[in-house]
Amino acid sequence: MAALLTKMGSSGQARMLSHLWKRGVTTAVQQEVLPELPYDYNALEPVISAEIMLLHHQKHHQAYVTGFNKALEQLTTASDPRAIVALQSAINFNGGGHINHSIFWNNLAPPKEGGGEPPEGNLASAIESQFGSLDNLIAKLSASGAGVQGSGWVWLGLIKDSKLLKVETTANQDPLAAKGLVPLLGIDVWEHAYYLQYKNVRPDYLKNIWKVVNWSDVAKRYDSA
Amino acid sequence: MAKFELRTPPYALDALEPHMSKQTLEFHWGKHHRAYIDNLNKQIDGTDLERKNLEELVKLSYNNGNPQACFNNAGQAWNHDFFWSSIYPGGGGQPDGEVLELIERDFGSFEEFAKEFKAAGVSQFGSGWVWLILKDAKLSVLKTSNALNPLIWGYIPLTVVDVWEHAYYLDFQNHRPDYLNTFLDKLISWEAVAGRLARAKAFVNLGEPTIPEK
Repeated sequence: MAALLTKMGSSGQARMLSHLWKRGVTTAVQQEVLPELPYDYNALEPVISAEIMLLHHQKHHQAYVTGFNKALEQLTTASDPRAIVALQSAINFNGGGHINHSIFWNNLAPPKEGGGEPPEGNLASAIESQFGSLDNLIAKLSASGAGVQGSGWVWLGLIKDSKLLKVETTANQDPLAAKGLVPLLGIDVWEHAYYLQYKNVRPDYLKNIWKVVNWSDVAKRYDSA
Repeated sequence: MAKFELRTPPYALDALEPHMSKQTLEFHWGKHHRAYIDNLNKQIDGTDLERKNLEELVKLSYNNGNPQACFNNAGQAWNHDFFWSSIYPGGGGQPDGEVLELIERDFGSFEEFAKEFKAAGVSQFGSGWVWLILKDAKLSVLKTSNALNPLIWGYIPLTVVDVWEHAYYLDFQNHRPDYLNTFLDKLISWEAVAGRLARAKAFVNLGEPTIPEK
């Protein structure tokens, strides 16, 4: 948003704000932007191919960002309740997709940047006490992920009040927050996340992804929740 | 013991090239569809669900919205059978005869139908199917998620396109709109639609009921 305003210059900004004012919108509409991948497209090979990472980031995630921005813009001009409510599913779906994928890219890392290394600190203790071992947690996450029917995500989430960890799944692009949990780690089990490489064998994708899971990112989310 | 079998599509696996690749058929039919059948058989083994035909099983296991465990596999097994029979080498284009008449009657024009069908396909967030159905003696477009199909609501399906990503990802990657265009332009079997419509007329009166003279 800041970049957009800078590019417009002050007269451009004045025109935009005047335009929005006339439409009854007194606050500027925030436009989301596709976040950059924290590593190269081939950095997660051979676990996830460069081809998949490129499509997943530049096409799928970008489409959620574009769709979200478009739906928000339409929301500002929607004048009656029916039109507003009709935009609900597009906002939820595209917004959820943007949120989920933004978490996902940071949940992963190439092995040389810590991908696959077991967690330490508070998260490690919590996993030990609540699941017995990291292996047990991983087995549970993989099994849940394999069991998702259709499109969705498998998550390690946190119940904020009790600081209890929970394995949960969500359908389509529903954000984990909708189930009252803080997302710590999400694994995308939509077919686009693995199909070109693993085809129908989702369990193989789930078996291999642990080699690139960035547990220190997961731990940071746990500590700051 | 009545076991469901994986029926082969009515064409060779490479017969839909270049619009739907042999590789797609090998995985989609040979792995995905086969797995639904195999897993369904395991689930119903030794239960009285074994004696049902697939359509009965779908409706029964849907259980009025509280689906039983085998619904997903039963629905998907049925949906894929229906899908393979809904496409054909040299397919695509426009229907004629009564099918076209009804499309023009209920959608305004073939173009309007195509537009609505494709719009349903791109707006089906997540996995699912887009159907042309007969509902209350009128044609309409219906989109369903995951394994759901029109049978569970008592509608009559006339054709379908699979919009689960596995149906098009190898050939089209993220380009679902291109896949939908190809489905309508090059794959859909309007003969199949005509046949299904003819059978539906045994159950549904599509015109004004005529009261016979005394």
